[in-house]
This record gives sequence, C-alpha cells and structure tokens, in this order.
Amino acid sequence: MSDVVEKTLTALPSLLSLDSQPGSAKLSSNSKLGNLIRGITELTSKHEEEKLIQRELLLIKEQVSSPNTTMRQMKELMVRAIYCEMLGYGVSFSYIHAIKLAQQGNVLEKRVGYLAVSLFLNESHELLLLLVNTVLKDLQSTNLIEVCMALTVVSQMFPKDMIPAILPLVEEKLNHPKEIIRRKAVLALYKFYLIAPNQVQHIHNKFRKALCDKDPGVMSASLHIYLQLIQENPEGYKDLAPSFVTILKQVVGGKLPMDFNYHSVPAPWLQIHLLRILSFLGKNDQSTSEIMYEILDESLRRAEMNHNITYAILYECVKCIYTIHPKSDLLEKAAKCIGNFVLSPKINLKYLGLKALTYVVQQDPKLALQHQMTIIECLDHPDLIIKRETLELLFRITNDQNVTVIVEKMLDFLRISEDDHTTIDLVGKVAELAEKYAPDNEWFIDTMNTVFSLGGDLLQPDIPNSFLKLLSEGFDSVEEDKKLRLFAVNSYISLLQRDASKLPQRFLQVICWVLGEYSHLREDLEPDVIVRLLAKLLDMKSSSSETKCWVLMAMTKLCPGGAALALVHNVSETYSSSLDTMLRQRAQELEILSQDSELQAKVLPRSASMEPVEVDSSLSFLDGFVSEALAAGAAPYKPPHQRQEELSRSKALNLEPYGLSLPISMSSCSITDRQSPTLLSISSGLSGDSTDFSHKGSSTVLKLDGVKRLWGRDGYLAQKEPTEEAPRIEAASPVRSADQLGNNNSQTPTPTPTPECDQEKQQLASSLFVGLASQSSICLMGKSDQPSQRFRRKTKASGSSEQITNPLVFPSDGSDNLLYKNLLDSPDLDGSPPEQTPGLDAPNGACDAEEESTDADMKEIKTPPIRDEHVTAEASPHHDPDRSKDPSLTSHLPAELSALPHSKTTTLFSKQNLDVSACHVQKEDSVVLVVFISNCSDSFLQQIRLQVDSEELEVSCVSDSPSEELKSHSVAVCQYFLTVKRPSVHFDLSATVSWQPPAGSPLTTQFSYRLPLTAFIRALRLSTEEYGAKWLAFSHDTKQNLTLIQGGRDPLAATLDVLKRKLQLHVVEVIGVEAIVACCLQQDQPCLMHCRMHAGMLAVWLRSPVPDLPDCLLYCCQRALQEL
Amino acid sequence: MIKFVLMVNQQGQTRLSKYYEPVELSKRAALEAVGVRCCLSRGKHQCSFVEYKDFKLVYRQYAALYVVVGVTDSENELSIYELIQNFVEVLDKYFSRVIMFNLDSVHIILDEMIQNGHIVETNKSRILAPLTAIDKMADGLIREETPKTEL
Repeated sequence: MSDVVEKTLTALPSLLSLDSQPGSAKLSSNSKLGNLIRGITELTSKHEEEKLIQRELLLIKEQVSSPNTTMRQMKELMVRAIYCEMLGYGVSFSYIHAIKLAQQGNVLEKRVGYLAVSLFLNESHELLLLLVNTVLKDLQSTNLIEVCMALTVVSQMFPKDMIPAILPLVEEKLNHPKEIIRRKAVLALYKFYLIAPNQVQHIHNKFRKALCDKDPGVMSASLHIYLQLIQENPEGYKDLAPSFVTILKQVVGGKLPMDFNYHSVPAPWLQIHLLRILSFLGKNDQSTSEIMYEILDESLRRAEMNHNITYAILYECVKCIYTIHPKSDLLEKAAKCIGNFVLSPKINLKYLGLKALTYVVQQDPKLALQHQMTIIECLDHPDLIIKRETLELLFRITNDQNVTVIVEKMLDFLRISEDDHTTIDLVGKVAELAEKYAPDNEWFIDTMNTVFSLGGDLLQPDIPNSFLKLLSEGFDSVEEDKKLRLFAVNSYISLLQRDASKLPQRFLQVICWVLGEYSHLREDLEPDVIVRLLAKLLDMKSSSSETKCWVLMAMTKLCPGGAALALVHNVSETYSSSLDTMLRQRAQELEILSQDSELQAKVLPRSASMEPVEVDSSLSFLDGFVSEALAAGAAPYKPPHQRQEELSRSKALNLEPYGLSLPISMSSCSITDRQSPTLLSISSGLSGDSTDFSHKGSSTVLKLDGVKRLWGRDGYLAQKEPTEEAPRIEAASPVRSADQLGNNNSQTPTPTPTPECDQEKQQLASSLFVGLASQSSICLMGKSDQPSQRFRRKTKASGSSEQITNPLVFPSDGSDNLLYKNLLDSPDLDGSPPEQTPGLDAPNGACDAEEESTDADMKEIKTPPIRDEHVTAEASPHHDPDRSKDPSLTSHLPAELSALPHSKTTTLFSKQNLDVSACHVQKEDSVVLVVFISNCSDSFLQQIRLQVDSEELEVSCVSDSPSEELKSHSVAVCQYFLTVKRPSVHFDLSATVSWQPPAGSPLTTQFSYRLPLTAFIRALRLSTEEYGAKWLAFSHDTKQNLTLIQGGRDPLAATLDVLKRKLQLHVVEVIGVEAIVACCLQQDQPCLMHCRMHAGMLAVWLRSPVPDLPDCLLYCCQRALQEL
Repeated sequence: MIKFVLMVNQQGQTRLSKYYEPVELSKRAALEAVGVRCCLSRGKHQCSFVEYKDFKLVYRQYAALYVVVGVTDSENELSIYELIQNFVEVLDKYFSRVIMFNLDSVHIILDEMIQNGHIVETNKSRILAPLTAIDKMADGLIREETPKTEL
C-alpha cells in the first residue's frame, strides 16, 4: 500500500521544486516566487545566491512600503519574504506589513498574514502586541474561517500578558457547534497553559468536558493538555485513568470514523498519545496499572499488521508495559515483541528495537541476554547510528565483569566518530564506567589517558575535574592511593618523554597537575627531571597560555632547588613579562617561591592538596577598598544580570516579567556568581586545589553535567564482590558460556545460539554479557545492596558528591536513585527511565493549585501559612504523594509541635509495606523536621534506622528512630532540629532508611526532602534607628528590580503585604515611595531590605552580614511576587 | 517533541523550514546545512534516523525531495517517520487537485498538523478542511473582482 502511494508521490518533488516539469513551470510562470525559486536553484555559489536575494529584498522592501500595493500583492510579497528569511536573510522590515496584512486582508490574504507573523516573530517580539486587536476582532467574526485562523495563530503564539483579553472569547468557543472551532479552542487553551499556566487554572473542568466531547478530534486535542498535566502531577489525575483506558479501547477497537485511519490502522498517533498518558499514570501505582493490563494486552495483539506505524504503536506499548507496575505475562509478551523488532531485517525497526531494549534492560538486564547475538551483530553493523545505539545499550548493562570489553568497544567507536556531540557524550560515559568499574589501576589510568586523548579539548570540564578529585581524595586504603598515583605519574612521565605535542591541552593540564602533586612519590627520580620535562611543554607552540599556567604551577609545587633552579629562574623571567596577566602572576609566584623554600612549604603544603579551601566568596576583605572608591565617586557595582536588564529595558519595551535571573543553582556554585573570577582562581590555584577546573567554567560545568551523569556513581546494577570477577572473562569458552547461560536463565527461554555463529562472536558474547543473569538473580533475593565499586570514595567525599539530590542542578540523579532503589526490591520493576523525569521543571501552575489547598490546611490551625513546600515535593524525584492528603499522620505530631504551623505532610517513599512521610514544623526559633515511618503491613518490622543528612543544614536529632521494631499498622515519629549552615534557596535533605522485614534480608532506601529558605525566615522587629545602625554595618548586599503588584491604589503597600504574608518579613517603616523591611534567618542572622518604587518597578537592596543570604532572599521575594 | 520540519531538495537547498523552538536566523542555516548533509549522505540500507547534536533527525526521501524532521530523543522515531508520509500524502491529495506551487499552502497544512512541536491532527480531510474552505472563499472573491484570472 505505502509503495503505491510513494509511487504517486514521486511527482511531488518536481511539483514543489518546479524543476524541469513543463506543466508546473508554465502554470507558475507568472509567479514571482516561482521565478525566485528557480533562480536560486540554478545558482551554483553561495555568493551568487546572496546577490540575488539582496536584489530581491530591495525589490520587496520598495514594494511593501509603497502605498499603491494592494493586499493581494502584499500577500505575494509576504510569501517571497518568508522564502528569503527561510534562506537566512533577515526581512525585519516586512514584519509590520505582515501584521497589516493579517489586519486588512481578505480571508486568504489574512491567513498568509497570520502565517507570516507566526513565522517571522517569536513569542516575545514586541510587534506581537499589535496583533492582539486583529485576533480579538477575528474571534468575534461571523465568518468561521476567520475565527478558525485566529484560533490557529493564538495556539501558535500569543503575548502572555494579553491572554486575559481574549480568554473569555476562547472559552466561549469551547461550546461552539462546529467541531473544528471547539478543537482549535482547546489547542489555544493548551498554548495558554504552556505559556501562562496560572491563567487557565479556573477552566480545568472545561478540559474535562473537552475530553468527553463527542467529536474524537476535540477529545484528542484535549489530550495534549492532559499529557502535560499528568506528567507534572500524575496523582491529580488518577481518576481519569479509566476514561483514558476506555478511549484507547474504542480507538483500538476501530470505533472511530474511517477517516481517522492511517493505512487502515485506527488513529495511530492518538493511540501513541494515549499510551504515553497511561504510562505516566500507571508508573509506581499498582491499582491504576491494573486497569490498563487488559487494553495493553489487546494493543499488543491488535498491532499485528506488518506496517511501520503498527511497530511505532508497539514500541510505545512496550515502553508503557515496562514503565507501569509490572505484570509478568505482559512483560513476557512485551519482551517477545522486542524480539520481533531487533530480529527484523528492516533497519528502522532494528533501530527502534535497540532503543526499546536499552529502555527495558534498565529494569531487566536479563533481556539483553536473550538478544545477545543480535546485539553483537549490531555492534558490527555498517551503519554507525545502529552501532551507536548498541553502545548506548551496552552502557546500560555494564558491570565490573564486562567493563573492559564494553569500554574497548566504545573507544573503538570514538576513534572513528567524527561528530563532536557523540564524542563528548561517549567520552563522558567511558570516563564514568572507568571510574565505576575499573578492574585495576593500570587499566584505569590507560583508559583515562585514552579518554583525555580522544576527548581532546571538547571534553566536558568535569571529567578531568572529577578524575583529579578522585586521585587527590583517595580511597579507603592509603597504600592503594599511593599505587594509583604512582602509576599515573609513571604513565605521564613516559608520555612526556615521547612526543607530547599531539596531546590535547586539557590532558596536558591534568598531567601537569598530577606531576606537580605526586611526582615526589617516585623517590628514585630527582624533581629536576620532571621540571625539565615540564619546561619542554612551555616551548611547544601548541601549548595554550592556560596550559602554561598549569606548567608553572606544577613547577612551583616541585620547588626544585638544586639543579634545575637556573632553568626555573629562566622560565619565570621569560614569563614575568608575558602579556597574559595570569601567566605573569604564575611566573611571579614561581620566582618568589622557588627562592624561598620555607614560604613554599607554607603556601603549598604537600599533604594539604585534599583539604578544602576556604574562599571568601563575598570578597569582604575588599570592603574597605570599595567604600573608598565609592567615596571617591565611583559607580556602585551592579551584577551582570542587573546590567543586562537595565540595558534591555532602555532599549525596548519589555513585556517579560522580571525574575529568576539569579542562578537557581546558586547554592552549589556560590563561589563564582557575581564576584571577580580572576581573584578566586588565583587563590585556589595557588593552594593547589584540584577544583580549579570548576572555578574557571562553572557555568558550563553545571549545564553539561546532566549529560554525563545519567548514571550516578552508585550505578544501577548491584554488584558481586570484585574477588569473583576476573577469571571468568578469560576462561569463558563458547561451550562454557552456552551452558552458563542456560543455567542462569532457566525461567526465561533463551534462544539457543545458532551453530553457525562463529566462535569469535560467541566469545565476545560471553565477555559482554557476563554477570548479567547471575546479578539479577542475586538482587531478586535482595542480598546484595552494596554496589562494589573499585574506586569507592571515602565517606567524607561521598557525602558531597554521590548523594546530590538537588534536582535542579543534576536533573538525572533522581532517576539514578530510583533505579538503585528498584534493585533493592527488584520483584516489582517500576523504574523511572532517565528521559521520563522531566516533571522536575514543573511550571508554577500545577503547584499553585496545591498551594491553595496548603493554605486551607493552615487556616484550620489559624497560623501563618508556610508557602512553597509543595513545589519542593513536586521537584523531589522520590515524591510519591499518593497518600499525601492523608490527614491522619498529622495527628501523630508530638504534642508540643501540634499547635505550631507545619507544612503539608508529604509522602516521600512508600514501598514494601513501609511508608515514610515528613513535614516540617516552624518553631519560633527553629525548624523541626518530623518524619513519620508507618508500617502498613500486618507484621513487625525490625531494626528501623533513619539517617538524615544535608549539606547546607545542620541536622541534629531530637528523638532518634525510637523503635528498634515497629508494630503492624503503627507509626514511628522522628524529629530533627534543623539549623542553617549556609543560606540557600532550597535546602535538600537526603535520608536513608533501613529496615528488616519479617522475612528476607534488610532493606535500605534513600529519599530526599526539600525545604524552602522561607521556612527559616522570621520577622525581625526593630526600630528605624536600629535599622539604620545595622544597615551600615552589613557587608553582603545585592540589588535588583522586582515587579510591583499592580492593580490596587497603592502598589507598594500591596507588594509589601505579599512579602509580609508569604515570607514573614517585618515592615519597619514606609516613607513615601520607600520602605524598610527586616527579617532574620533563625534569630541571629539578620537581613535588611530597602525598597523603593521607581519607574513602575520595586528597586530592592538587601544587606546582611551573612554571605549569600541577600541573594537567596531576593530569589524568594521574586518567587513570592511571581506566584500571585 | 518535534523541534523543526524541513523540506530540502537533493542539492541541499531548503524549500521549507518550520521551527517549533526559537532558533536564531543565523544558526538555522548552519543547522540545516549540516543536518541535511547528514541525511543526504546516507544510503538506502542505513536507517532513517540520524543523531545530530542533542536531538535526532528523522528523514524520508521522495525522489529528489527530502523531508527532515528534528525531534527530541524521547520521541518515537518511527511514528515521526510515518507522520512524514502522512504529511506528504496530504500534500499529494491537495496539490493534485490544484496544481500550483504555494509555499504558504504547505505551511498552512503543516500548521494544521503540528503545533508547538506536537502532532495535533492526522486526519487528512480535517487537515485540509480550513485550507479548502479558504480556497473556496478566495475563488469566489476572485471571480467577483476579476472574472478572468490567470490562476
């Protein structure tokens, strides 16, 4: 069927391109666009094209501004302008005419006007405002076609602030008798939801009506909204699951009109859409999943026809089955279905099969075993894309037994890959696997050497950074540390002795650092040998000045004395006149320190390389200098974001609300924001701190981090002890591997490897898939919960680097933890795939609705509400608010706390008959975290232990896990005092709970809880005089313009009121357009705020003796004002 | 999610481009050139999906014309592959009736099918309904204004 269609379609391209088809050429001979296109097609060089288009643009420009141009001609001109802009030539002069055309043209002209507007302008373009009236008029038109196109353009782009102007009209259209109008109205509302969720809060029940619309088109349009809503908050829509199932049943059963079919498959894209919704609803929810089993089974059965589109549906179906609460026979069918994909000779299906397999092996690594021969074939596939996808799959099943083979395959691929993005991605993965599973030092260093060489300077800066950190922090055994470092030193010395000019700069920098720190471990080697080797790098033409800095730093550390002193002196002399200030600085340091070994030992103590460096991020030691400069008339410093804003405000109408310009990840990169980076990197570099990389490019580090850290250091596979590993790889013969597989895999039938398969492949298979089956059997029994990791960091390091649960900074870590959790209770395979955790960036809308209910909760106890915490729960990857509305838990609050305001109780974790929920209580002077551990089973749970940690908070136990054992259906309550160590916008607590079920081995799980800064903020009551005295004394400050709350007669009072209500700030005094406000962070850490209304904005200036507090509080203010 | 739709001829010249995420004009040309080169260089025995930067390209060839769709990694590539076919079938249905080349009409059709990076309609007759309605009205108007048109 599709072949026939394709044949008839072969005429199409010539039709579109107007090449060599006499008929169409003749017909369009009058079309100026046709001439233009033909002209361009005939050209051979870019230069000629440019000339032609410039000429064309002049022509268009002249004509559009001519008063004699009719709308009909204007339409034609617009199409040409669209074409020119599509080729990359800006036509901003015609934007205004496009709007005019939409305003004044007849139907077709109007449609082209709208089209041009939607292609030319982006959402924030100021000209879009001029379109509002036209849209308004067309929405009220009696001509349905006009209404239709107005709705179409609205659902593509519309100025956010103008939504209220047309919202009633669009809502009205939901009841229109014509399906197309209703459908487009729903899509317009979806757009509103995307850009301004708060605006459509009130019409959620209308969405439900759209979902039940008798027309399938309107119903499917509403699914876009629901997919979005459910993705953000699956709990809120569980009641709709049966409806979605019924709809899917009807679609699959062919109940839709025939014209919804595509190649006789009923509404395939609609099916896919519904399956996606179902997988969000069924994830981690057994009862909802049970509703779906039947229809999923039917979908698998129905989709038997051999057409691409049925495979597309199957793929979605398989993904859904592996996402929701598992059911064994469905899993089996889905697994079989994947077999059809990967074994297909059609290359597109094979690709999708690999992708599906990559997804499902995260839940069930054994599946990879079933298809091992196919995977091996794909690994040698001539199509690089297939090969790449296979590596992705292998990456997911890597363990300490197959790591060498898999990494080798990845490196092979890297050697032939030309695509930068692939290189960056793969190099990151190799580095991660190497760090996680390295069998020995030699292999680890060699692999990292290859990573650095192949990754070149594209490498994400966090790879060398984390490598150096690993080396410097060391592991549990001092002896091992020394061996590893020594091996690295030896390896680098031999590299430098060969030709170093080919090595990438990043690698050279790593080498310099390691040699500087650890070459003393080679006791047989005089330091001046190393200095000479390093000096060679300085002479290389390819060395960047950054690398030279590293070389000089290494030399400084080596402090040779003796033989190489002359050389060092020479070097420092050469570079102390360098134009590069950094280099000059380093040369100076080298010069001074090389002559004064006592000072050198003090500045660069050898044992201190792993100690964290205290950095005064606020540069308070410069305060004197600053005030002097200010007194002398210098302009006060403005942070870059403020400068940017002021610049953009002066340039153009700014319709965007201000806010969120602070980096959200502030708490984790506080060193770099708004302070002078140069000074910082000098101080840190001098002291030999290994985190130097992150200082230099911290913004890139943060952004790229997510790419690499799909899998945290804990890995997702439980490991056997490393002692068992090695011999199996070498010893694996084809015969042995075959029966090994047979043994391990008795429940699931493995297709026996065909006899034709050559030995080589079998051997590869046995080394690739070793350990998979045995592993999963282990974790099924729940034994091993300790991933063996060669380079297990010391506990000190693990606190900071392995347990990062801040989802804003490391978006993928959550999924990692989830998977980790899965392995612990492997019988229910309900993981979260990394690509399905985007609920983290939940727009405000969904949260707001919940917040209102939070308010309601609060009113009962007549105390000020605590805002914001539901947002946290939303963002927390382990959030399972299934029972979050359970009011009974609050009755377990200790008596002394029950009268105080507390946040809503959030279910953090619910599994294996154990529920863990938490809330925080605001006491006058502190915050108490209350954790409820409830045993929902009928049996005793023993040895319950709860451990709560946080980087930014001091956690002290009020009452520790009280019960060594927990009776059935009872609740244990633990309390923790929380004090702020350093301010942050949010505070993340990571907790580990372990318990012993009556039967089986102990279980452990991790979860996180997040508190907003506002939980710790209290009003600070002081007089204006006291305020004045404090103001001058505080050194940390920040300034920003905030949006005023408009509407009332007194915007200042209204805005202050909001801040007072939401953040508990104390308004000290209001004088005209100015106000002074005060608050404190847990009693003793004041923060003062000065507000002034200016040009429709609220200019605020915050000061505090506590670093970062002004920035964090400012962010809270922004949020508070935005969330109205 | 769909990031963009391109129609390109065999020489790599863009015939139509539609972006669902703002991309600067200056970056589009480079993106199109490199992305399209990736697709054009692939043979029949290779799969129709190409990795490109942090997203994927799904392409389909119709004689000298390529339709290339950029999607995020979470998208179901095969469903997009078939969406291209559906799109082209719609074009075929429309343009076989009124033979003329109109960049604007193709865009209007595309607007009916994809919005904000999501597939919003795949029913062929419904996709074409607004456009045919406009055509009919325009026909009427033209007949009123200028009885003899060169259309």
